Amino acid sequence: MDFIGAYSPDNLSFLVEGFWITIKVAAISIVLSFIIGGILGILRYAKIPVISMISACIIEIIRNLPLLLIIFFVYFALPEIGIKFSVVASAIIALTVFESAMLAEIIRSGLNSVPKGQIEAGRSSGLSYIQTLWHIVLPQGVKKMVPPIVSQFISLLKDTSLATVIALPELMHNAQVVNAQSINNIIPIFILVALMYFVVNYILSIVARRLELKTS
Amino acid sequence: MLDFTILSENFDMFLEGFLNTLYVSFLALIGSFVLGTILAIFRIAPIKPLNWIGTIYVEFIRNIPLLIILFFIFTGLPVFEIRLSGFVAGTLALMIYTAAFIAEAIRAGILSVPKGQMEAARSSGLTYTQAMWHVILPQAIKIVIPPLGNQFINLVKNSSILTIVAAGELMYQGDLISSRTFVTFDVYIFVAVFYLIITLPLSLGVNRLEKRLAQSN
Repeated sequence: MDFIGAYSPDNLSFLVEGFWITIKVAAISIVLSFIIGGILGILRYAKIPVISMISACIIEIIRNLPLLLIIFFVYFALPEIGIKFSVVASAIIALTVFESAMLAEIIRSGLNSVPKGQIEAGRSSGLSYIQTLWHIVLPQGVKKMVPPIVSQFISLLKDTSLATVIALPELMHNAQVVNAQSINNIIPIFILVALMYFVVNYILSIVARRLELKTS
Repeated sequence: MLDFTILSENFDMFLEGFLNTLYVSFLALIGSFVLGTILAIFRIAPIKPLNWIGTIYVEFIRNIPLLIILFFIFTGLPVFEIRLSGFVAGTLALMIYTAAFIAEAIRAGILSVPKGQMEAARSSGLTYTQAMWHVILPQAIKIVIPPLGNQFINLVKNSSILTIVAAGELMYQGDLISSRTFVTFDVYIFVAVFYLIITLPLSLGVNRLEKRLAQSN
């Protein structure tokens, strides 16, 4: 074990570079999956015949598949039918598909937490169903959604490490590169990388808990 | 259209992977249930150092990726001359990771049992350990079952990363078949179906249980 050699400035900046990619990919994915998951969640919540059923099926199937399978599928299987993406795009697409299903459920249960009387009241004051959803139900539901979305972002930061299998140059991948240089690097680098993930995620989990206390 | 001959010709391999995935997940579930229960009791026991150990374990493990635990066991431990097979390393990693989540579920279950139960048990002469084992835990289990079901679903999904250490589970067998047949798309679809055979019924069951529990309260 060689802590000083492992923590050389070159190695450290290489790891930070990787962590930056992890954070960027996770941030882009959570924004995209908030939009797609929002649409899926609202469609499932709204109980429109057929359409709600379809969105429920999509959500349940994606949620119950391993993320790794989705990553492999986007990167290795789609090119077989002529759809090719770069490594970064594949990672973002796979994470977005998976997280959309997760966020859809969070958004739906946020909407479900708004009492049904609110919809009836909105409707009877002359608003259309969509207006009621947009102006009455959503603003009240959003408050309940924020803490679980922050928790989901923690999962996403951890899950981004799986993209190392398609050689996305994120933190886990860069750590493996440094580890491959010398057996003396392995333990110091694992400790450092685990701490990097831990510090960021722990701070986020405290934020989630604070928000939860505020909304309940 | 999907090529079903891929499925029928390689059915033995798919089945082997499917059974291995179930096997790994069960082993890891049992291990993480035991470890998770101990950690949950550590966290609520009236002994400060135990609280700290429990809290540090849960908070640390929950906030790092499963993959780093797996790599640590598989490539880090050999530095100390401890060499484990991919299967054993993978099962251990899943166990260590999932225990943190199960500990939280069990802790929430225990805390949901009214305080008076503990006081009543203690004042009828039971020790803290006896009261925990005979009075509190049996009541907590009911509340813990749905989150445990969810953790089992996560275990089945997470076990897919064992493909990285060649542990022979479903994802690995899928990769093997696709590298042998040069067909990727269809093979991954079949792999997905095999995963869903395990996870979809479980997830429906957990939803039912949650609804029933919510009604009974």
